[in-house]
Amino acid sequence: MKNLLMLGMTSLILLCGCGEKKKQKSDEDTAEETQVAQNQSTSEEAVKFPIYDFESFEPILNKDGDKTYVINFWATWCKPCIAELPYFEKINAEQSDKVEVILVSLDMPSMWKSRLEPFVENKKLQSEVVILDDPKQNDWIPKVDEEWGGGIPATLIYNKNKRSFYERGFTYEELNTELNKFLN
Amino acid sequence: MKTLKIFGLFVLILSLGAFTLTPDPMADGYKIGDVATDFSLKNIDGNMVSLSDYKDAKGFLVIFTCNTCPYAVAYEDRIIALDQQYKSKGVPVIAINPNNPNVQSGDSFEKMKKRAADKGFTFPYLLDEGQEIFPQYGATRTPHVYLLEKTAQGNVVKYIGAIDDNYQDASKVEDTFVENAVDAMLAGQEIEVKTTRAIGCTIKV
Repeated sequence: MKNLLMLGMTSLILLCGCGEKKKQKSDEDTAEETQVAQNQSTSEEAVKFPIYDFESFEPILNKDGDKTYVINFWATWCKPCIAELPYFEKINAEQSDKVEVILVSLDMPSMWKSRLEPFVENKKLQSEVVILDDPKQNDWIPKVDEEWGGGIPATLIYNKNKRSFYERGFTYEELNTELNKFLN
Repeated sequence: MKTLKIFGLFVLILSLGAFTLTPDPMADGYKIGDVATDFSLKNIDGNMVSLSDYKDAKGFLVIFTCNTCPYAVAYEDRIIALDQQYKSKGVPVIAINPNNPNVQSGDSFEKMKKRAADKGFTFPYLLDEGQEIFPQYGATRTPHVYLLEKTAQGNVVKYIGAIDDNYQDASKVEDTFVENAVDAMLAGQEIEVKTTRAIGCTIKV
């Protein structure tokens, strides 16, 4: 319990820190992703993953390559998200010629170094991991999909011809079934 | 055809269980204008609480929240502030923990008591024992706010969604969704933004 309190207090402190870096973000929105990461990081080391606000993230939802893109929204604190990650990893490994998986972490800034990095390392995640950090959720959630209420796990699958959004979790079979609709 | 598809998806969701799935918030639960159910749930002080206990209330801020969700924790102080701001105006906060403590041990009744004492909650903090209330409301995540207006027909849903537009930093908030909604309701005006979305923690069943 004491730990929980500590965690709460730490996150509060860290959350307060976020305000300043947000300013920096809008001031220098042309800055390198990694530089932004350095500014945002509460520790001295930069966060290992690219950090986007929604505007800079949006192109990831609209790639025009020949692959089918699987964009999974998750967070380390989301149990059902963690449960389905291995299926996305499997698909990414098995079908890398046709499919590109991008794991979009919605972890809070205070968790990037403390939770997200160790998690990705321990699980040896091979898919690309990016961070979406944009508190104006009511503005950007409908831009991902009009039907999305904000629950995670949520996944967008798209290619040049087709686009589907799923506010739900997947088993491996279900994910494959959905993906095959895009590949055939 | 679309109805059939949605129905199919719904059946799929039901059959797979809410454990791994978040029900579609657009298809489930209350919409604006619906009459919300009352309940009798155990408060952290051991007493049962119902909306009907509040004879003089003009409405309620029913907030599904919990101890363990990082978003819920980020909003705790703002929920206390809402209660302090609106209880005296007849719109008290009623917080409900919808999580199953057997799945999320940090949300047990004992830990709810502890959290409420540590933070100095000024409002009832109820456990949705048996998890029968949150599905009726259609809550999908924590925190998830329902503003109700007491009318002759019952407690009518006036607003559903997030507290404000910046979970990270209260000082950076530009739209105070809930405050705007309560203020408009109390002034007898149309609420401008009636539903909002936010990332939240799925409810643990």
